[in-house]
Amino acid sequence: MLKYIGKRILMMIPVLVGVIVLIFTLMYFAKGDAASALAGADATAEEIQQIRARLGLDDGYFVRLGNYFKQLLLEGNLGYSYRTGASVSSEVIERFSVSFELAVFSVAFSIIFGTIMGIVAAVKQNTWIDNTAMLLALIGASMPGFLLGLLLSLVFALKLHWLPSGGWGGWEYMVLPVLAFGVSHAGTMARLTRSSMLEVVRQDYIVTAKAKGVSPFKITFVHALRNALIPITTQAGQMLGITIGGVVVAETIFSVPGIGTYIMTAINSRDYPAVQGGILFIALVFGIILLVVDILYAFIDPRIGAQYRKHRRTSKREE
Amino acid sequence: MEQNGTYSFLYTEDDESVKKESMFRITMKRLLKNKMAVLGGIILIIIVLASLLAPWISPYDYTYQELYNVNAGPSAEHWLGTDSLGRDILSRLLHGGRNSLTIGIVSTLLSALAGTALGATAGYYGGAYDNVVMRILDVFQAVPSMLLAIAISATLGTGYINCIIALTISGIPGSARMARASCMGVRNQDYIEAAVSINASEPRIIFKHVLMNALAPIFVMATMGVASNILMSASLSFVGLGVQPPEAEWGAMVSAGRNVLRYYPHICISPAIIIMLTVLSINMLGDGLRDALDPRLKQ
Repeated sequence: MLKYIGKRILMMIPVLVGVIVLIFTLMYFAKGDAASALAGADATAEEIQQIRARLGLDDGYFVRLGNYFKQLLLEGNLGYSYRTGASVSSEVIERFSVSFELAVFSVAFSIIFGTIMGIVAAVKQNTWIDNTAMLLALIGASMPGFLLGLLLSLVFALKLHWLPSGGWGGWEYMVLPVLAFGVSHAGTMARLTRSSMLEVVRQDYIVTAKAKGVSPFKITFVHALRNALIPITTQAGQMLGITIGGVVVAETIFSVPGIGTYIMTAINSRDYPAVQGGILFIALVFGIILLVVDILYAFIDPRIGAQYRKHRRTSKREE
Repeated sequence: MEQNGTYSFLYTEDDESVKKESMFRITMKRLLKNKMAVLGGIILIIIVLASLLAPWISPYDYTYQELYNVNAGPSAEHWLGTDSLGRDILSRLLHGGRNSLTIGIVSTLLSALAGTALGATAGYYGGAYDNVVMRILDVFQAVPSMLLAIAISATLGTGYINCIIALTISGIPGSARMARASCMGVRNQDYIEAAVSINASEPRIIFKHVLMNALAPIFVMATMGVASNILMSASLSFVGLGVQPPEAEWGAMVSAGRNVLRYYPHICISPAIIIMLTVLSINMLGDGLRDALDPRLKQ
């Protein structure tokens, strides 16, 4: 098991190196000159040239890539923001904690609501409860986060004034973004839970349990749910990753000072070290989440734990 | 050689065409029995037709600004009201549909094609080639797709074509993995070995035998992919990286209405609802397709 985890962590390294090169290359070829954006509209060509030289923008691709790697590996430093001169690493970590909180709460919301809805629908299969739940889930899953976000902020913030329409602070700032971005995942989760529960319910061991006279409650929650948890876990891990990747939109709507708004501000002001640092950090976290999901499998499903010699792939979407 | 020709004539050409048609018919029959899927299909057809016919059926020019009549609510002249520049929202919705739907469909098609080609060959050949392809895709998949699309858009700049490119690239890893997984499942079947032993060419085996049998999940995924790409393109435009005004696009329209949400919510709401309806109808259709193509439910 430990050997497997070690192997997986080692496997992450080349991927991360690849991500660094990918993001660096994208930013290297990005349209728009960072120096002239920084110098302002009425800067002379000479001033712009000075800034270019100071930031090392005149060096070639490989020199700059090499410098970036050197900085990352030797100093563990994501560089300095062109715009503010602040260290990207510390800013990214600070901003990320906000986004992470938001993402965790919204995924938790969707797991709780989604699985409950899915279980109820599966237990009451083909009744009106099932149909209503699945229709709601389908609508939820098709609801773009920004649409729900806007509607929620219109009703609860702008009209009713119950909750703030944006910003960050206490729990009241979190309610609307969590709802806006949790609902669509809750819908996906409910659909997934229902289908994997129904799949499990057809298995022989459920029939055996019924024949033994096990109570329906115990069958649902002990026999069926535990087995249905595997695709649910995959989905939950991916959802957390997707949510963290999608925070850009969520944070833009509710002006949450998270990593999403950080990256967007950086993109708009051509602050490439900040963009690179932000995306890289998210990729790192994304990788760690997928790793944790893989390890969780072994605890949920002893069968998988037993065959841990081969590594499993989580990226396959099972829906 | 003589014999190979006979075999391929006997087994592949005739049998396949007969089988394909009946398979198509079975799928359609099942799809039409599914009320949700039919409803989704009808809504989708209406939206697509309305967008296609936009230049003929829209009541106004979608860029015409009635500057004395801005932010007007729904009325007899402007059914859905006008936006902050006095442009007719209904006309912009119809024209925006052309952009949003094209972006969604074209980017999904391109990424499904490229991804399937990569995934199918990787799954079929295996070995070093598979390894290289998969490691490169790992890198692309290590960045959440929305973020990757944002980064690519930031590099290429805003606009219609760049939006399609960004969505295509971020969609490739997913479809490649899907294609690879289904091809690997098919690869060890007896009929592949039979095709190899009668000396069928590699492209033919990959295309006709492996891919054709692995197509159902790829097809379902592509259908759903259109929905998620429409959402992604709307999100890109929403954060200001997609299609730019005065071009109409649903996400950009939502974004433009956001600033006056408090006073004139109608500007935001109608494009948002259309996005939702489109995505919902595609998902309903995709669900139906998945069930219709599920081999476990075959009689």
